[in-house]
Amino acid sequence: MATAPSPRIDPPYRRHAPHPLHAILLAFPVALFSSALLSDITYLNSAEMQWSNFSAWLITGGLIFGAPVLLWSAIALLRRRKLPTRTPALAYFLLILVMWIAGLVNAFEHSQDAWSSVGTAGVTLSALSTLAAIAAAWLLHAAKEPRA
Amino acid sequence: MNRQTSLGLVAAAALAAALAGCGKGDEKLDQTGTSPSLPRIDETLVPPMKIAKPAGWNGELPTVPAGFTIVPVATDLKIPRQILVLPNGDILVAEGSGGHAPKLRPKDVIAGYIKSLGKSSVKGGDRITLLRDANGDGKPELRTSFIEDLDAPYGLALVGNDLYVANQGALLRFAYTPGATRIAGKGEEVTKLPAAVNHHWTKSLAASGDGSKLYVGIGSNSNIGERGMSIEEDSAVIWEIDAATGASRIFVTGIRNPTALAFEPSSNVLWAVVNERDELGAELVPDYLTSVREGAFYGWPYSYWGRHPDPRVHPQKPELVRTAVTPDYALGSHVAPLGLSFATEGGLPGYETGAFVGEHGSWNRQTLAGYKVSFIPFANGRPAGKPKDFVTGFIKDGKARGRPVGVTWDPARGALWIADDLSNTVWRVTGPRALAMGSPVAAAASK
Repeated sequence: MATAPSPRIDPPYRRHAPHPLHAILLAFPVALFSSALLSDITYLNSAEMQWSNFSAWLITGGLIFGAPVLLWSAIALLRRRKLPTRTPALAYFLLILVMWIAGLVNAFEHSQDAWSSVGTAGVTLSALSTLAAIAAAWLLHAAKEPRA
Repeated sequence: MNRQTSLGLVAAAALAAALAGCGKGDEKLDQTGTSPSLPRIDETLVPPMKIAKPAGWNGELPTVPAGFTIVPVATDLKIPRQILVLPNGDILVAEGSGGHAPKLRPKDVIAGYIKSLGKSSVKGGDRITLLRDANGDGKPELRTSFIEDLDAPYGLALVGNDLYVANQGALLRFAYTPGATRIAGKGEEVTKLPAAVNHHWTKSLAASGDGSKLYVGIGSNSNIGERGMSIEEDSAVIWEIDAATGASRIFVTGIRNPTALAFEPSSNVLWAVVNERDELGAELVPDYLTSVREGAFYGWPYSYWGRHPDPRVHPQKPELVRTAVTPDYALGSHVAPLGLSFATEGGLPGYETGAFVGEHGSWNRQTLAGYKVSFIPFANGRPAGKPKDFVTGFIKDGKARGRPVGVTWDPARGALWIADDLSNTVWRVTGPRALAMGSPVAAAASK
């Protein structure tokens, strides 16, 4: 060939990452639920109420920031649209749903008094929210190049 | 899509079912007397909260037994809590609302708001009001601010000419001159009282017969130790205070919230009404009336009604629980007794010998309990028989028109005085005896 093939260039601004706001919002439940799990474990090892109080606020924060994420994931699912990262919308929605519902039940659990504020149920729910949040974040951020 | 929707619906339904919880309680369960039925612990995810919204009296009156008369003697008070009758017949009313516990959890914010819906929006007066009704017509000729600038005053006692006032943080003594309508000054501090956060702030007070000892009830700083146990160092106790020196010692312990103290007249033994713990179910734990036995441990927080362990407290203390004494008489779960006064000098017809108990009313169960003044018959210095309703009708159509707090028997008038901190009223109940005496006002008011 006499002339070099003109290189194919991807559209320069095409996003392969989640929307920054979506990513920022999801960062909170990831951090807050996992922190709540740690403070729950510390409470069960120390019976020092302050750790349970920390957990109660951390879980509440996880719910507040998790709510718009839940909404976002539900809308993505209902509109049958793949998220920009080709995250499977159903799996993502279900993980966020589990994270949030477990968090809500756990917020009530943590409103009980003294040992009942955590106990086996509380720490289990904290673990469930934490695992679901991390798995959801993994799915969201594991961006793949779209196939041509 | 359908599958997801139905999944969501199932989750929502399950959640709603869990949140609705139980908390209805078993109406048939007998929870009064010396051996109340105690069901199993029923901790729900969300504690049942049922607040009776306030409503006005609109000219109506609480219900009293046939032939009895009730009149509002003073209205527009500022959270009247306890009443003292002075030797000259003047009435002192302690007004205030205390507590300064910090909100530590989201729950403290939310539950505090819900409970506030069932309370008066009036700010506590932090004062004592004097009412003088010399002719007994139920319309005081004189109403004065007797002592001002107090701090959530509650317990009142007169020993000779020493007037004792229990603020939420200190026991004060004022020099009283018979007939006085006002006392200026700050009073003399007999002793400071434990007041870490004053979660339960009502410092109840009674003086021994000879006036040398004062007994002060000091409530716990939490429901069940959820603020940590270090803050409970000096709480859930009754103190005995030496009037002359102010020296104090712990008289009994583990008594969660002793909201009123009184001496039983025939035996001269100290009795208390006590508010027990919440969130173990609609029928747990019965609030109680008990004689106060020196050195006794009444269980809080480790156990309830004697030796029933509370699983929420860690670390548990089984050795201590083995020493817990069982209270004398159950008043029913969540009725919230805040007033106690023994009938003397013959009492009222049908209510001759025994204790009047003001029951502020429940929040932690679906079926409202309390919201009345009960009478516990006594014989030989001990409770003898089931409680009788004395004044009811505070609830109408699910709304609360009043909530009784302090009750004070007034033998000279043959009357029971009732402080109502929701309608901010002081009520006076008189028996048929007043009619027989020919009081024109009592007859008019009974129409």
